[in-house]
Amino acid sequence: MNRKIRVLIGKPGLDGHDRGAKYIARALRDAGMEVVYTGIRQTPEAIADAAIQEDVDFVGISLLSGAHNHLFPEVARLLKEKDASDIILFGGGVIPEEDIPGLKDAGYAAIFTPGTPAAEVVGFINLQMEKRQ
Amino acid sequence: MTSTADIIRDIGEGSIRAIARALSRVENGSPDSADILDVLFGKQQGFTLGITGPPGAGKSTLVNRMITRYRTTDNSVGVIAVDPSSPFTGGALLGDRIRMQSHASDPKVFIRSMGSRGHLGGLSGATRDASCVLSAAGYSPVIIETVGVGQAEVEIADLAHITLLVLVPGLGDDVQSMKAGIMEIGDIIVLNKADRNGIDQLESYVKASLEFMPADLKKPEVIRISAVSGEGLEDLWGAIDRLVAAQTGEEKTARSAVKTLNGILTENGIIISEKLLEIEYNGRKAAEELILAGQLSPYAIGKKLLERAEGMFKHNGSK
Repeated sequence: MNRKIRVLIGKPGLDGHDRGAKYIARALRDAGMEVVYTGIRQTPEAIADAAIQEDVDFVGISLLSGAHNHLFPEVARLLKEKDASDIILFGGGVIPEEDIPGLKDAGYAAIFTPGTPAAEVVGFINLQMEKRQ
Repeated sequence: MTSTADIIRDIGEGSIRAIARALSRVENGSPDSADILDVLFGKQQGFTLGITGPPGAGKSTLVNRMITRYRTTDNSVGVIAVDPSSPFTGGALLGDRIRMQSHASDPKVFIRSMGSRGHLGGLSGATRDASCVLSAAGYSPVIIETVGVGQAEVEIADLAHITLLVLVPGLGDDVQSMKAGIMEIGDIIVLNKADRNGIDQLESYVKASLEFMPADLKKPEVIRISAVSGEGLEDLWGAIDRLVAAQTGEEKTARSAVKTLNGILTENGIIISEKLLEIEYNGRKAAEELILAGQLSPYAIGKKLLERAEGMFKHNGSK
């Protein structure tokens, strides 16, 4: 068996600021994971469909535009609807503290805000994988 | 974990999740992957298109165009996009989907990104198996885009029914196109970025180098396109259609069966060798240490393993 942790990094909505998404994608790559990057301006449907086709273990969503309270839960809902709620969700971006509990309720295992060291995200993924096994 | 039989049944019913999971199983070499492939092998239909060429040649952009083309005739299109894995960490950044975004939520387009996972030749070791899964699930064509390393991708020609080599101006002189192997693998040589300077020179280099091809090999067609503007694409589609029409179903099946066996033999060879290393030297690591300590050469180990295997076959009473 030659199993790799597979992660999809997606950017939904109209926000084109992808430095954070690319930074995390590279960090996860350097931690030995296979990272599928969708590019910017994806619909929640496109992200959910891609996650299923790519059979990833995690989906990480990055958003800096403020539309997270709409777009993040939508990705979670679509994954559930498509019988893929086993895929672990995490989010990142400019997200006010008070919004985090709501996003966690919507199905996000973690929300990372600006300034989070990449190692923290890597640690989160490894821990989740251990819990799963 | 879902059982093998369930996965196969769900693939037959067109379940995207089942197809995706079967792809992971064959890619990971999970214990039931041979059982899954054994059933799916005979269900393959349609044809496979290989796309290869150096990084930045526009392969993904061309694949995006191709998906559009085959969607207009209502084919379900499968794409396997292979990107390099780091030889140091094993990680990979799989970014080919970015150029295929226009098909991101089309339910009849299945795009799968794969890391090469240390396999040489521009293809992931499991690409052949993944292609089998998508083809058996009803996707035709299955388009395979290889890692763009440029000079060692002869494997794709073995795997795909039709192979396109994508070249662009500005990547080197005529000596590059004289290097053996790479020019011979394309059934069609696509000269992309035809709007760029140097395209005439590239075409003359390529055509000149094809002049020297052995007379018994079929010369590839050379077609100029711009995958971004769409220029020349109609010519390219026509050339692909002619090649598809020229290959009969039996030819394709026979070819793919023989090539698949070749691949399996190579992989089995590695598995058997690992077992022999275990018996003879307590595993690969210990054997490597013997080499590093200067006690044995790699050749001595190889010879010993073969002798051991022969001894085992004799012992079992076979010829």
